[in-house]
Amino acid sequence: MDWNALIPLLVTLITIAVILGGVLGGVAYLTLLERKVSAWVQDRYGPNRVGFDFGQSWLSFLRKMWGLGQPLADGAKFLLKEDVIPGHVDKVFFMLAPMIAMGTALFAMAVVSIGDTPAPPALVSVKPTAGQEKVGVNTLAFPATAEEARRLERTGELKSFIDKSDGYKKRWKFAISPGVDIGFLFIFAVGSLAVYGIVLGGWSSNNKYSLLGSLRSSAQMISYEIPMGLSVMGVLILVGSLNLERIVDWQARNGWLGIYQPTAFLLFLTAIFAECNRLPFDLPECEQELVGGYHTEYSSMKFAMFFLGEYTHMITTSFLTVALFLGGWHLPGLESFLGADSYVALAAKLGIFAAKVGGIIMLFMLVRWTILRFKFNQLMSLAWKGMMPLGVLSLLGAMFVGQFGWSPWWLLPWSIFILTLVTALGAFVPGDDPRVQLRIARGRSPSASGVVGGGRRAGAGAV
Amino acid sequence: MSQTKPQKVKWVKPPKLGLLDQMYVPTVISGMATTVKHMVGTLIGTGTGRGNIQVQSYPEEKPKLPPHYRGVHRLNRDPEGRAKCVACYMCSTACPASCIDIVAAPSPWPDREKYPETFVIDELRCIYCGMCEQACPVDAIELTTIFDLTGLTREEMMFDKEKLLSVFDQTVAAGTDPVRTQPGRLGVASLPAAAGLTGSSSAQS
Repeated sequence: MDWNALIPLLVTLITIAVILGGVLGGVAYLTLLERKVSAWVQDRYGPNRVGFDFGQSWLSFLRKMWGLGQPLADGAKFLLKEDVIPGHVDKVFFMLAPMIAMGTALFAMAVVSIGDTPAPPALVSVKPTAGQEKVGVNTLAFPATAEEARRLERTGELKSFIDKSDGYKKRWKFAISPGVDIGFLFIFAVGSLAVYGIVLGGWSSNNKYSLLGSLRSSAQMISYEIPMGLSVMGVLILVGSLNLERIVDWQARNGWLGIYQPTAFLLFLTAIFAECNRLPFDLPECEQELVGGYHTEYSSMKFAMFFLGEYTHMITTSFLTVALFLGGWHLPGLESFLGADSYVALAAKLGIFAAKVGGIIMLFMLVRWTILRFKFNQLMSLAWKGMMPLGVLSLLGAMFVGQFGWSPWWLLPWSIFILTLVTALGAFVPGDDPRVQLRIARGRSPSASGVVGGGRRAGAGAV
Repeated sequence: MSQTKPQKVKWVKPPKLGLLDQMYVPTVISGMATTVKHMVGTLIGTGTGRGNIQVQSYPEEKPKLPPHYRGVHRLNRDPEGRAKCVACYMCSTACPASCIDIVAAPSPWPDREKYPETFVIDELRCIYCGMCEQACPVDAIELTTIFDLTGLTREEMMFDKEKLLSVFDQTVAAGTDPVRTQPGRLGVASLPAAAGLTGSSSAQS
């Protein structure tokens, strides 16, 4: 038996254990951070009592600890509480829903790298045009014909590819499954499954509040996936790959995509807020109208799994945002300072990645206390009337740059221009004015009423 | 009741938004600035005790309650250390919760007829309305600012005379004397001069 073959398996298992442990531990402490940040924003201290003394006097030096023992106490509470399954629920789906919610959120971490992971070598068989070379478009394809393959062998490109592959194998990779070429397509596919967790949870609960919450949620998540996809298409066109490592690598060489395409970045950020059901898009569980939304009937650990799934989703989408738009582990000038491959540099890159992710998570928490929850019609008009046209226009710019090989810097003024244009045009779109709504409902033309626009259409032409 | 006619419905027009508000992003940024300002202010306050912290860390930091706060009762002492109470039953008569139980006995001192042999307040039954305080003709019973009253049994919460006098000592030592709530003249037992007239009188145990 070839024991060497087991080493990659072992490495993968260790990586899974470390990343899973890290994410779940991070989730536990995110709940504490959330409560702390909420408190700070509201001029309070937040939870600061539970330390690690467990009531023992000989551990009294571990008392308080700024409330760091709180997640432990919360977890113990969730595990020890009675797990109520109401008699009127559909048991199978009721049990399945929290598992899906948590599982899909964790799945996405499989392809997201958490540190410096090199891009897999590309086999170049198509001669890139001069223009494409300038923006660094990777033209990668395997040899399509036998003639192509012979040419590659003759010119030595195949040899260099094999050498590169050997070099690639020896490099450190901070990802569970590095080099997945469908990259964020996988994340999108798995992320879309998260809506099943919520829909099943709401439907199987056999409760009108739960059902309403899950219906809203499914409409919201499906609507927001479109602007999300449109904003990411720009990245795809510029980089020419779905592979997350290649995207980060492109940004390390050419500059961060969030700077070139601020509008797409903003759209993506807004869309992931909606995907994570975070305020201002937390309609599925708004307490004032729907009691608890889709998790009204859930208690103890099953409720906690929904809760943790939401936070896990936050972490994975933050990683994704950083990888797609903020350059991943890249920080300008770091490599010249610490060297490309030293252990110090690898550790520094891990730290930089974590810091950027932390920044996005902090943004999540601060936005929660800044923007009010949208009404359902505002939510929908924001997605369909505001973000969708913006996404298409942003994509249009990226297409021109990709096709004609212009400098990606052209996308910056274009982004600002379309943001201004769409928001200004928003003033002429009939909005939420109740009179207009009434007339539309009665089957009359809204323009005949003389009230076109002018009203507060919260988010009609906005991001 | 007549139904409101549609013509009478007044439509309130929301304020018109400018282009900058339309763009949403600048307004969100200014909102975020407020949020961050509060967070940073609180974080500074956590370390130094300044900043914009609006709460107290309760068991360590006691709240400073106003002197007319109605908390646990106390039985006041006169300058000689005896309970001022003359066992007139005014407080227990006034009490809407009937939580004051007094047993009167002939006073051993010449300056008053009666004194309370036992004086028990059921602090669990009390509604802290302060009517006993107002009814008292000699200002013997008062409500203090002590609010954190705990006990493990119901019996523990029956405050007898000794306990109520000890509350007086405690509040005097802490300097949190309540304000006098009743205007006008007080009874003779409350006057220091009257107490002084008696000369030699055994101190209340």
